[in-house]
Amino acid sequence: MQTKRMTFSSWWLPYALLAPQVIVTVIFFIWPASQALFQSVYRQGDAFGIRPPTFIWFDNFKALFADSLYLNSLKVTFLFSVGTTLLSMGVALLFAVMVNRMIRSRDAYTTFLVWPYAVAPAIAGVLWWFIFNPSIGIMPFVLQGFGYNWNHRSSGTDAMVLVIVAAAWKQISYNFLFFLAGLQSIPQSLIEAAAIDGASRMKRFWTIVFPLLSPITFFLLVVNIVYAMFDTFGVIHATTEGGPAQATNILVYKVYRDGFVNLNIGSSAAQSVILMSIVVILTVIQFRYIERRVNY
Amino acid sequence: MVDNNRWGNFFAHLVLILGVAIVVFPVYVAVVASTHPPGTFVRGVMPLLPGPNALENYRTVILEGRSRAGTPPIGGMLWNSFVMAMAITIGKLSISLLSAFAIVYFRFPFRIFFFWVIFLTLMLPVEVRIVPTFEVVANLGMLNSFAGLSIPLIASATATFLFRQFFMTVPEELMEAARVDGAGPMKFFKDILLPLSITNIAALFVIMFIYGWNQYLWPLLITTDPNYYTIVMGIQRMVTGGDSEPLWHLVMATVVLAALPPILVILFMQRLFVKGLTETEK
Repeated sequence: MQTKRMTFSSWWLPYALLAPQVIVTVIFFIWPASQALFQSVYRQGDAFGIRPPTFIWFDNFKALFADSLYLNSLKVTFLFSVGTTLLSMGVALLFAVMVNRMIRSRDAYTTFLVWPYAVAPAIAGVLWWFIFNPSIGIMPFVLQGFGYNWNHRSSGTDAMVLVIVAAAWKQISYNFLFFLAGLQSIPQSLIEAAAIDGASRMKRFWTIVFPLLSPITFFLLVVNIVYAMFDTFGVIHATTEGGPAQATNILVYKVYRDGFVNLNIGSSAAQSVILMSIVVILTVIQFRYIERRVNY
Repeated sequence: MVDNNRWGNFFAHLVLILGVAIVVFPVYVAVVASTHPPGTFVRGVMPLLPGPNALENYRTVILEGRSRAGTPPIGGMLWNSFVMAMAITIGKLSISLLSAFAIVYFRFPFRIFFFWVIFLTLMLPVEVRIVPTFEVVANLGMLNSFAGLSIPLIASATATFLFRQFFMTVPEELMEAARVDGAGPMKFFKDILLPLSITNIAALFVIMFIYGWNQYLWPLLITTDPNYYTIVMGIQRMVTGGDSEPLWHLVMATVVLAALPPILVILFMQRLFVKGLTETEK
């Protein structure tokens, strides 16, 4: 890794400059993460110190993958991430394509579409929870008109739709900004050339614009999956609390429940380790992609 | 331009106006709900037009809170959120600036090792190692304090990378000139590097303020004393506190107050926000 050609020389100053960041990282990141690794292969001792912690290899992990609740949580997380990602990216792409046609009104629309980024996931959850409230909400009232009886307190599907909508709503702004930037970097001449050759609007979009957007799409795909898997704790906790009947119990919410409510430290630690490996894989994918984008 | 199709443009505007309406709708409903007296929510569907009780509702949540359900007045929570967000933002910016300076402008043993240590923070979001992190903070006696709310969150790989990237583009001549004039490293940092980085700092400030303000899980865990509740987590206590339906008019007034500061930051600093967002992800 490069430095400047010419550098300052001091044997202690660089360490002093790095110290705050490195100390915070070691105490609050690396130490707890290694604790999680450690706890995940031990069975806890009891509170009175009669039975010491015992080393049990991978029993915590085996127990997890034999546990139907955990397998259910994996499935729920998968559905939730895919749903959130597709919904928010799809809507954002549509908005970005439309806004990109505008000349004078582009900034005005952008302003209206970017601010949900600032809304905390928990607040986004509460807002949609209110709209979908079975007794006074406007959406159940409208759906009633179509003959659908909405109740996210008893129907797992309804609850899942609710959290997906809330999580996706907040993320639209982010995807929109990146898609718009991507669209604006596509040379207009390519599109004009295709138009002269007689390609229809839809054909131009699917054969020229969309392929050129693919690097950004792929990048957003990873970012959105990370968001849906790890940043949406607030959406779940402030609204459905994992229910009804585990229907929205995503992995990060389950780690929290098992650790703090059910006080099952070993299992929670094993879940943490699995989550960390997922983050590592996603981060590596993201960085591999960025390396490739440089050549693009 | 090939896109000069009158009907196409009309259609695009239609889609966008509808889209904007859907995006704005939840917040509109919240604002409307926060202006109604409690009686509105017992019968029928939620209101879609403003009611007469705005001043009273906002006065209630800011000054009195809901003593029955044990939620403190919002005024204090807003202040706590502000302090936490500022502490996280300033903390992240300062330690990242210092470490990027060290990594770019010095050659020393274990430089790459430290770089990777900082990089690791990207891979360990707080949500995935929540129990052990809580234990560490509890052992350090940092529960129910601003230090506990902010310090564990201030390590930042993205900010360090961004500043490193930026410092690499600063011309070598500046440093040579500074050295010829006899400036030491810290003087160079303070008088030349910092003023040059001001736009980057401002852009990151916007992103990180929003990040800090919107923290939810962490304050939820480490604050048990209502004096340290932040507003975003306080809402959850209002929604679930008590067995009855939530007091929607007060909950929504709180929601509006909790969402307003970061939204204002984005609206007033949109350019910086977009710059910060797109550059931190590179």
